[in-house]
Amino acid sequence: MKFAVVVFPGSNGDHDSYYAAKHVFGQDAELVWHKDTSLGGADVVILPGGFAHGDYLRTGAIARFSPIMQAVKAFAAAGGPVIGFCNGFQVLLEAGLLPGAMLRNRSLHFRCEHVNVRVEQTDTSFTSRCRAGQVLRIPIAHGEGNYYAEPAVIDALERHRQIVFRYVTPDGDVTDAANPNGSVHNIAGITNDTRNVVGLMPHPERACELAVGSADGRVIFESVINGVGGHLSRTLSTTVAGASVGVLDK
Amino acid sequence: MTSDPISDSVLERHGLTREEYQRILDALGRTPTLTELGIFSVMWSEHCSYKSSRVHLKTLPTTGRRVLQGPGENAGAVDIGDGLAAVFKIESHNHPSFIEPYQGAATGVGGIIRDIFTMGARPIALLNSLRFGRLDDPLVRRTMAGVVAGIGGYGNSIGIPTVGGEIGFDESYAGNPLVNVFCLGLSRADEIIKGTASGEGNAVYYVGAKTGRDGIHGATMASAEFDDKSAEKRPAVQVGDPFMEKLLLEACLEVMKTDALVGIQDMGAAGLTCSTCEMASRGGAGIEIDVSHVPQRETNMTPYEIMLSESQERMLLVVKKGREADVERIFDKWDLHAVHIGQVTTDHLMRVKNRGEVVAEIPTRALTDDAPVYRRPMAEPSYLKEAQRLDVKALGAPLAARDAFVRLLASPEIASKRWVYRQYDHMVRTNTLVLPGMGASVVRVKDTSRALAMSVDGNGRFVYLDPFLGAQLAVAEAARNVACAGGLPIGATNCLNFGNPQRPDIMWQFARAVEGIGAACRALDIPITGGNVSLYNETDGRGVLPTPVIGVVGLIEDADKVVRRAFRQVGDVVVLLGDSYDELGGSEYLTMAHGITRGIPPALHLLGEAALQRVLVDGAAQGIIRSAHDCAEGGVAITIAECCFDTSFGVEVDLASVAGESAAHREVSTLFGESASRAVVSVSPGHVDELLALAAAAGVSAATIGIVGGDRIRMSIDGRRVLDESRAAAEEIWSTALEEYFERTRAIA
Repeated sequence: MKFAVVVFPGSNGDHDSYYAAKHVFGQDAELVWHKDTSLGGADVVILPGGFAHGDYLRTGAIARFSPIMQAVKAFAAAGGPVIGFCNGFQVLLEAGLLPGAMLRNRSLHFRCEHVNVRVEQTDTSFTSRCRAGQVLRIPIAHGEGNYYAEPAVIDALERHRQIVFRYVTPDGDVTDAANPNGSVHNIAGITNDTRNVVGLMPHPERACELAVGSADGRVIFESVINGVGGHLSRTLSTTVAGASVGVLDK
Repeated sequence: MTSDPISDSVLERHGLTREEYQRILDALGRTPTLTELGIFSVMWSEHCSYKSSRVHLKTLPTTGRRVLQGPGENAGAVDIGDGLAAVFKIESHNHPSFIEPYQGAATGVGGIIRDIFTMGARPIALLNSLRFGRLDDPLVRRTMAGVVAGIGGYGNSIGIPTVGGEIGFDESYAGNPLVNVFCLGLSRADEIIKGTASGEGNAVYYVGAKTGRDGIHGATMASAEFDDKSAEKRPAVQVGDPFMEKLLLEACLEVMKTDALVGIQDMGAAGLTCSTCEMASRGGAGIEIDVSHVPQRETNMTPYEIMLSESQERMLLVVKKGREADVERIFDKWDLHAVHIGQVTTDHLMRVKNRGEVVAEIPTRALTDDAPVYRRPMAEPSYLKEAQRLDVKALGAPLAARDAFVRLLASPEIASKRWVYRQYDHMVRTNTLVLPGMGASVVRVKDTSRALAMSVDGNGRFVYLDPFLGAQLAVAEAARNVACAGGLPIGATNCLNFGNPQRPDIMWQFARAVEGIGAACRALDIPITGGNVSLYNETDGRGVLPTPVIGVVGLIEDADKVVRRAFRQVGDVVVLLGDSYDELGGSEYLTMAHGITRGIPPALHLLGEAALQRVLVDGAAQGIIRSAHDCAEGGVAITIAECCFDTSFGVEVDLASVAGESAAHREVSTLFGESASRAVVSVSPGHVDELLALAAAAGVSAATIGIVGGDRIRMSIDGRRVLDESRAAAEEIWSTALEEYFERTRAIA
C-alpha cells in the first residue's frame, strides 16, 4: 500500500513520516509537493509536522490554500484515511477537516518531551489495532498545541466519541499535571464524524523505533496499514539497516 | 571615482586606525570613497579579519587522516566512512544576544546553519554553549529566557534538532552573555562545495531575503566593547526568518545536486561585501556586481548601505555560464527569487557598480589575505599569581558533605537543564539516540550502521586561573564526553570568547589558551577543522572569564552500542576510572561554598587522558561498559548521583580518600574535587574483570567502588558513610532547581 506525505515548504516532519512509512514499515511512500494537485493514487495521506508556511500568522492558516489540499479534502470525503501529526493537525483544523483551533501552550513555551496519551477510541482508521485505554508514550514538540473549541463543540465531540487521544499520567489518569499544553479536556487528538480523518499533536512517526526512545507510535501505522489491507513486512524490526533512502535527501 | 579626504572622526566611526587608513591609501593608490572605506572597515574588523588572533590560530593542528576540509572555508569536514563527511563548525553570536536576546540568538543559529549547508551538507544537529550571569539577577533571567526562546524559535521552525549543549553561569557574563552555536551536517565526502568564484563570465546570483538597513556595521559592533550606549546599537541587530532559511536550505541543496554551481557562500557578517570578495579571493578571480540589481526592502538605500547590510537569510551563488535557467527553475519552485547581480572577472578586483557607475574598486587580496595582521603585546595578568594561591586551611570550616551535595545539585551550573532543552525540538529527523541531559549528544547516520557523538565544553574558571591548562582541560572534557558515549574523537572546532585583545593581559590569556588547545589536540590526535574567535567580550571595561569552547565530534562504528550516562541495572558494578587527587582549585564547590574562584585547576596528563578515552571507546565497542559518565563540575559525588537520575535505582559506593593537606577538607575534596581524566562507569558483574584488564592494559587506574541498587544514594569514604540521601529526593532537587528560577519569578510577576 502507498502513503502520500504532503510537503509544504516549511514542513520538517515530512522526512520522518516518509522514513517511518517506507523504511520502518516497508510500505510504498511518496513525498507530494504542496503545489501538486494529485495524491498519486495513495491509500493513506499524512500531513506532517513542521511550520507549513512559516506559521507567523496562525499555524497552518496558509497551508489550507495550497493546491494539494483540494485533493486531500476530496480524498477524505471519499473515506480515505488522512492523519495530521502536529502541524498537520493544525492544518486539518484550519482546512475545516476537523473542528476546533489551537492556542499557544499555556506555559507560553515550546515543549518537546515524551508524554503519555491514552487511546480513547479504537474504531478509527488509525487506532484499530490499539487496545481501548492503551497508554502510548510518544513525544510532543510544539508551541501551539493548546486545543480549544467552544463548549458545544467539545460536548458534541465527547458525545460522538470523536476524542481519540487524551494526555494522561503513565498510569492512564487524566490529570492537569499530565496536560502539557492546557488543551481542553486534555485533548491530544480527535477524529471526524466518519472516523477516517485523525489529527493529533504528538508525533507517532518519531516513536517507531526503540533506538530513538520509543516504539509506541508503531501501532498507529500498523492500524492504518492493516485497515487498508497492506502487509506489515517488517513490524518486528526495531532498527533499520540498509534503508535505501538517500541519507542526504529530503 | 573622486573622494573627499577622510576625517579622523569618520575613521573612528569605522573602527579604523590612522595606520590602517594609510594601508588603505597604499593598497588603492588613492583616497577611498566612503563605500570603499565601509568595505575596508568591515573586512578589516576583528570579526572578519582575525587580525589579532591569526598569528596564534596558525599554530593549531588542522590536518589528519580524516580531515577533508580544514579552516578557511565556511566549515570544516571530516571523513566518517561510507563515502560520507561530517561538516561542522561552532560560531558565536554574543554581542547581538546581549542587545536583543531572542533575535541575537536566533540569527546566530541561522548563521551557523547557513555555513553548513553552504558546504553542500544537510544540517542534522545543533548544539549550543551558553554563558550567563547569576540567575538571581532579573536582567540575566530575561536575557537567558530570550536566548533560549530564540535558539528554539529558529531551530524548531527550520527542523534541525537541538540535541544538546552546556550552560555556565558567572557574574562576569552578566553584561556580556556568550551564545555559541554548533551545527553538524552530512554530505557526500566527494561532493563538498566550496565558497569559490571562478571562471570568467560566470554569473553571480543573489538569492534569499531582501536587503534592508538592518545589521549595518554588525561586524564592527562585534569588534568593540560594550558600554551604556550599547542599547542604542539595537538597529545593528538583525531579525531572523527561519522559514526563509528553510526555503534557502532546501533550494540550495537541490541546486547543489545539479552541476550548475561553481561556488556558494552565505552572506553573514559583512554581508554582500564579505561574500563577494572572499569568493573571488579564494578562486583567484575578480568579481563585479551592480548593487542596483540587489533586491531591497527599503527605499533609497545607498551602495554603502547595501554592501554593509547584514540582513539575514541571503546567499551568493556563482553559476556556470549557460546554466542560469536550471538554477532559476529550482529557486522558482521554492518561491525564491534568484537575481543575476554580476559576473566573475579575471582582474582580481572587487568592482561594485551602482546603475553602471563604479562606486568601489578594490583588489580582493587587500581585503582578505593582505588584511592587517597584528602580533599584539602580551603580558601575564597581574591577578594571576594571587588568584592561583589557594590556602584551603584559611577558608574556615568546610561544608558538611550533605549540605554541599544538596546545594551543588541545586546550583544552576549542575542542575538539570530540562527547562532549557525541552524548549528545543531535539527529536525531529528521528536520529537522536541520546536525549539531552543523558551524556554527549548522539545522532545516528541513517543508511549506515554508524552514529556521531558530539560535545561542546569549556570551563571559564579554569581558563581564568590558568589559560594554558584550562584550555587543555576544555579539549579533554569535550573529547572525554564523546568517548563516554563510545565515540572515537575525530575532529574538533573551537569558539574562543575573550575580552579586548588590545589589552596585553587579555592577549596573553588568548595566546596561552590557543597553545593549550593545540597541545591537547595534538596529544589526543584531534585536528581542529575550523572555528570562530569572539573578542571584545567586555562591558564597561570588565572582561568575561576567558572562555574557549571546544566542540568535539566522535565516530561510533556501531550505533547499537551507544553508551549513556544512566545506570542500567540493579546489581551492576560501579567502577571509577582514573586517579583522584586533592584538587579543589577552580571547583564549583569553592564557588558555591566560599564564593571564590581560586587555586590551580586540576592537573592534566594528556597521555593518561588519551589512555582513559581509549578504554572508554574500546569498552563501549566491546559491549563491556553499560553506562559511562565523565567526572566534571561537582566532582565524583555529583557524577555518581547523576548516574542514578532518570533511573529507578540508587547506589552504594565506597571511595578512597584523597591525600589532602588539610584533614578538615579531605572529605569535600574527595567528593567534590574536580580531578581530570576520570569517568564513572557501570558494568555487569560478569564483565568486571574484562574492564579491569582493559584498563590495566592501557595503564588507567580502575577502582571497583560500589553496586547499583536500592533507592538511596549512599557514599562512604574509606568505609565511613558520609552521604545517605533518597534518590528520588535528590533527583527532585536536581531536576527542578533551574526552572524554579523562571517559574517562581513568573508567578510573582
